[in-house]
Amino acid sequence: MNQSIHQNINLQDDISDMHQLTAMTAKNCFIGKSIVHESAHLHVSGTATYIDDTLELTGTLHAAVGLSTCAHGRIKSLDLSWVYAAAGVREVLLAQDIPHNNCGPIIADDPIIADELISFYGQVIFVVAADTYQQARAAVRLAVVEYEVLEPILSIQQAIQAQSWVLPPVELSHNKADKKLAKASHRLQGSASVGGQEHFYLEGHVSYAYLKEDHTLHVLCSTQHPTEMQHLICHALGYRAHQVSIETRRMGGGFGGKESQSAQWACIAALLAVKTGMPVKLRLDRDDDMVATGKRHGFEYEWDVGFDANGRIVGLYIQLASNCGFSADLSGPVNDRAICHVDNGYYLDAVRIYSLRCKTNTVSNTAFRGFGGPQGMFPIEYIVDDIAYALGLDPLDVRLLNFYEETGTEMDAGNRNTTHYGTTITDNILPTLVSELAESCNYRARRTEIASFNVSSPIIKKGLALTPVKFGISFNATLYNQAGALIHVYSDGTVLVNHGGTEMGQGLYSKIRQIVAHEFSIPLADVRFSATDTSRVPNTSATAASSGTDLNGKAAQAACISIRTRLAIFASELANTDVSNVCFRDGEVYAGEQHWTFAELVLSAYYSRIQLWDSGFYKTPDIHWNPAIRYGRPFYYFAYGAAATEVAIDTLTGETRVLRTDILHDVGQSINPAIDIGQIEGGFIQGMGWLTSEELYWVTSGVKAGHLFTHAPSTYKIPTAADVPAIFNVKLFNNHNVEDTIHRSKAVGEPPFMLALSVFSALRDAVAATVETDVLTADGLKQKPALQAPATPENILRAIYTIKQQSLEPLFFESMP
Amino acid sequence: MSETLHPTSAERPIQFYFQGKLQQVEKPEPTRTVLQFLREDCHATGTKEGCAEGDCGACTVVVGELKTSANGEQQLQLRAINSCIQFLPTLDGKALFSVEDIAQIAIQTDDSDQVHQLQHFTVDAVTVLHPVQKAMVEQHASQCGFCTPGFVMSLWAMYEQHADCPDNEKIIEYLSGNLCRCTGYRPIVEAAKAAYGLPRKTLATQTVIDALHSLQQQSTLVYGQHGQRFFAPKIIEDLAQLRMQYPQARLLAGSTDVGLWITKQGRALGNVIYLGAVEDLKIIQKTDEDLEIGAMASLTDAFAVLTSLHKGWTELARRFASRPIQNAGTLGGNVANGSPIGDSMPPLIVLNARVLLQQGKVVRELPLDEFYLDYQKTALASDEFVRSIKIPYPSSVDYKHHFSTYKIAKRHEQDISAVCGAFSVYLDGQNRVQQIRMAYGGMAAVPKRALHAEQIMLGQLWNASTIQLAQQALLSDFSPLSDGRASREYRQRIAANLLQRFYLESLSENSTLNVPANQFPRRLSDMIATVDLSTVQGVAP
Repeated sequence: MNQSIHQNINLQDDISDMHQLTAMTAKNCFIGKSIVHESAHLHVSGTATYIDDTLELTGTLHAAVGLSTCAHGRIKSLDLSWVYAAAGVREVLLAQDIPHNNCGPIIADDPIIADELISFYGQVIFVVAADTYQQARAAVRLAVVEYEVLEPILSIQQAIQAQSWVLPPVELSHNKADKKLAKASHRLQGSASVGGQEHFYLEGHVSYAYLKEDHTLHVLCSTQHPTEMQHLICHALGYRAHQVSIETRRMGGGFGGKESQSAQWACIAALLAVKTGMPVKLRLDRDDDMVATGKRHGFEYEWDVGFDANGRIVGLYIQLASNCGFSADLSGPVNDRAICHVDNGYYLDAVRIYSLRCKTNTVSNTAFRGFGGPQGMFPIEYIVDDIAYALGLDPLDVRLLNFYEETGTEMDAGNRNTTHYGTTITDNILPTLVSELAESCNYRARRTEIASFNVSSPIIKKGLALTPVKFGISFNATLYNQAGALIHVYSDGTVLVNHGGTEMGQGLYSKIRQIVAHEFSIPLADVRFSATDTSRVPNTSATAASSGTDLNGKAAQAACISIRTRLAIFASELANTDVSNVCFRDGEVYAGEQHWTFAELVLSAYYSRIQLWDSGFYKTPDIHWNPAIRYGRPFYYFAYGAAATEVAIDTLTGETRVLRTDILHDVGQSINPAIDIGQIEGGFIQGMGWLTSEELYWVTSGVKAGHLFTHAPSTYKIPTAADVPAIFNVKLFNNHNVEDTIHRSKAVGEPPFMLALSVFSALRDAVAATVETDVLTADGLKQKPALQAPATPENILRAIYTIKQQSLEPLFFESMP
Repeated sequence: MSETLHPTSAERPIQFYFQGKLQQVEKPEPTRTVLQFLREDCHATGTKEGCAEGDCGACTVVVGELKTSANGEQQLQLRAINSCIQFLPTLDGKALFSVEDIAQIAIQTDDSDQVHQLQHFTVDAVTVLHPVQKAMVEQHASQCGFCTPGFVMSLWAMYEQHADCPDNEKIIEYLSGNLCRCTGYRPIVEAAKAAYGLPRKTLATQTVIDALHSLQQQSTLVYGQHGQRFFAPKIIEDLAQLRMQYPQARLLAGSTDVGLWITKQGRALGNVIYLGAVEDLKIIQKTDEDLEIGAMASLTDAFAVLTSLHKGWTELARRFASRPIQNAGTLGGNVANGSPIGDSMPPLIVLNARVLLQQGKVVRELPLDEFYLDYQKTALASDEFVRSIKIPYPSSVDYKHHFSTYKIAKRHEQDISAVCGAFSVYLDGQNRVQQIRMAYGGMAAVPKRALHAEQIMLGQLWNASTIQLAQQALLSDFSPLSDGRASREYRQRIAANLLQRFYLESLSENSTLNVPANQFPRRLSDMIATVDLSTVQGVAP
């Protein structure tokens, strides 16, 4: 017995290597192939089942939420008599009905239902369960609520004034920034702001909870984080973890919005299911979803940057102030990631970052693709553009000059490759990647063409920008970087996979199907998935931080190798040969002179009482992070990319068009190029929306102060097909991960989002083309016109009229072309 | 329920063609949506609810209606609409197609019996898909998949309407009512094209035509439900009578606005008179003096005629809502609704359109700008209805005429105007302004003319200094509001700048004017048109 275990361990690596070699040339090699999404045929035929599509159990009740109409205040009276009397109403849930009404992913400061204190406009104050969805929604409108209105804090500036924080301010100081700044030959001070962003997953939040026997509860939930839902439901009810199971087959989009934010709705459905004894479904109407769930944090920045005559940055002080909303939620880690991405791809030498986590009377902001990374990078790209403008240089040259040293080149002298949080970068490819893109998109020649176009075009102006992305991969908090998988091989040779990751469209299941089919060298159709379920694989991490395939792919692979090893030993015994002569290929297993189909061998193994299922576990190696001083190696590796974007703006209206975008992006060795390109394109367009048309607007004063005006797609505008760049070239950079990730691939979910910074930079370039007389700083440096994000038509026009030193208010009319 | 219904009709169930046969639904709640019917009553859950307000397209279905062609043949018109804001009884006499039906077309047109037999026991390898669906799969055009059925339906409507693959711009137009948050759209546009590369499979329309034909003989649809009545008169006389009889009843046209009163505001409509069954109100006819558009002509049909009459309509027609909203919405509905941000009114006003209002048997005509009294208040009497809109042809015999409409919003497609501006000017041989009309949406409580600015320009030379004076005068014409769409000052500025754009474009249109070379692009759409697609390298996964 001991002998056999020992043999197993030794054999695993050998078999894995041997198998790799044979399988990569086999017909059933799926790694690196553009295989269609595992659910694509279901998506297109309407048969992919989302939670609201599942057949309802008899007696299912439907819940709807009653929301506050006051941003900050106390409930003086809540008259629900009309609500109780409304048709179909079966139950009303109030704060006092909840055993433990404090929710929240890290700090339990989110009430599931507001008790007395109202913290934002649209906060849940009661919930109704009725026979039908329509009845529940009709009933919640009948509440009569009186408030004692308190002064709300609605903006970052107001919060800073009032020193209103969800978490204390954080300072990270590296390499004596103030001293280096004082000694810099050139300095620029500036400020900018970037808005938040609504996730606008097409499927809104939905949870469906029902009791099973003996105080156990099963919840179907559209969530990226089933385990956290399990924990938070248990907390709310006073249950223990083995009483609650969470199931998620797929989400209709997540983007970070279903990481912590699904908890409130899952808890409410669970509480009502327990209270009524009936199955309860809570599906938020779109408007309720937009008003009552968190978004990307908007940020405001102030900085002071020092640089030399060539444009090389020698020091930076920057204040990052984020609007966290009324509670902490994930704001701590989001702001930490912003701090860690202030450098983007640039060696900053000396940095002091002051990070403010502002508490306001708005919905609590949360994770959103990039998780603070985009907001961290936004100002440095803005600053680099400012420096180039001040010195009359092409921004691309200033970027190239400031990049971290490329790993493994003669440039890599080792003095410009450590980040401000203490990580030594060992995989930098940005200089080569950016140069390759600049070449392929003809950047230099187009720069000249655009300059001459702008001279001859008085109404329409063009702009061009090429911006890089360096994005750290891993959860900042080391503990989350673990995953499990459970793989069953049935006696007919088919395989069922379960793992801790969730499918939100990103193709996680598809990639893992490829990984599993590859390990056994069996057809893809022989591998299926059960829904992600906390009763199958426990203690899962959120499917977030782009880490889904990295973590769960490795865990699934480990489970496959365990099973395959047992099968190989069994086959070698049958064929009386050494296990190193066993080979899995094209659905067959070869051992010495003998061979069987995979199914035949599996069936024999079953008869011989060989274990045909196994679990796998993975934890990311080599990472460490000291959260107290924000120092260490939080990221296993970095993903890189760059985008060059050309835009046109209409100087009469401020409207814009993206004319062309070229992207070169690093996914290491791609497991599935089509899926990776899908992530790159989709991420880019979503980022473009964040920086252009997607504007969150809260009413600033009056009785509706704090009300989200942009509470529906009628007023909140995500990009449409017409907004896609007229020319859109996307290529994968030829690379492999220097770290031992699953098939040497790299994570791709979030990094491409930040490629859209090229759109904003190009728009600002086009705005600057309207400058006729330079504005100089006190030091005589040229000042690049400011532009606020999102660059809506109004913000673009405002910037143009600021250049003309005119108010947008049309008091003056100049001569026309 | 004891009250008598309209005397001419007995109550009957609504009837429509769905899932291969005629379906009857007995007295549905008049405001029950088609989406609720599909998902909750039929468990046809392929069609999704994304926003319940007609803005995201996840609920897109296709509705088929009988239309008589020029040569008198009955044809099936298939158009995509938003099922989330369409009320179920409005389907009476029509055909409904949801995403579940599309694969059936592929099966029906496939000769292989084997495929047919297998359909109930599908595994990956034998899942039967329509070419549009197959192309979506092969082009990797779905990620989370939630918006996908809606895209499939919009593309299927296009596929049925166009035997050959339309160009990029047209494809994007067909997709203007569908939001996708995952893919970035490129693969969806690719799929639209790739569908035409697969063996063509079209709907066998004759069965549907026959079924709908049989429904045409049905009596007028009237029924009562929980004290609420639904009337769908078929002829104008019945409508006029009902309107007199029930002046408080809600008139319902395309429900692209009224639908939201239900799904978003939970309002009670009371009795409903649906106008969409009155075929005579859909007539678009050209007389010698003007174009008359029936109030119930769809925006799609109305814009098709208006743009062919004058290219000044083109930009607006392209940016007005989305395809599905234009298919369901009506010109009369847009005009009668009287929203300050309704986009059809500024151009209609500057073209001297008149609105025909009918009360009983009496029809009166009103210049459209006199129709709007105040915020959401029109000259429509409680027992009147909008019958049609008459638009005189521009008289360009003696004068040079320029007409244009511009819409400014945060997004190019499917957005509500911050400002919509329309301009119409007649210039004489001396380049003097003989007549000018300018009207704006988004600048006041109603769509409104810029009377001061017009007055300043009248009789003046059409030149930059006149324009500047008019721009100043606009400040006294309008005092717009600030809201989440735009600030007051932005609205004022672009109102002035749009006049400047109109002036500049009139110069480039008018070769007889003595102006220096004006060969520079004036609109962003000019920039897209000049994009050299030969530089596209394509994506090669």
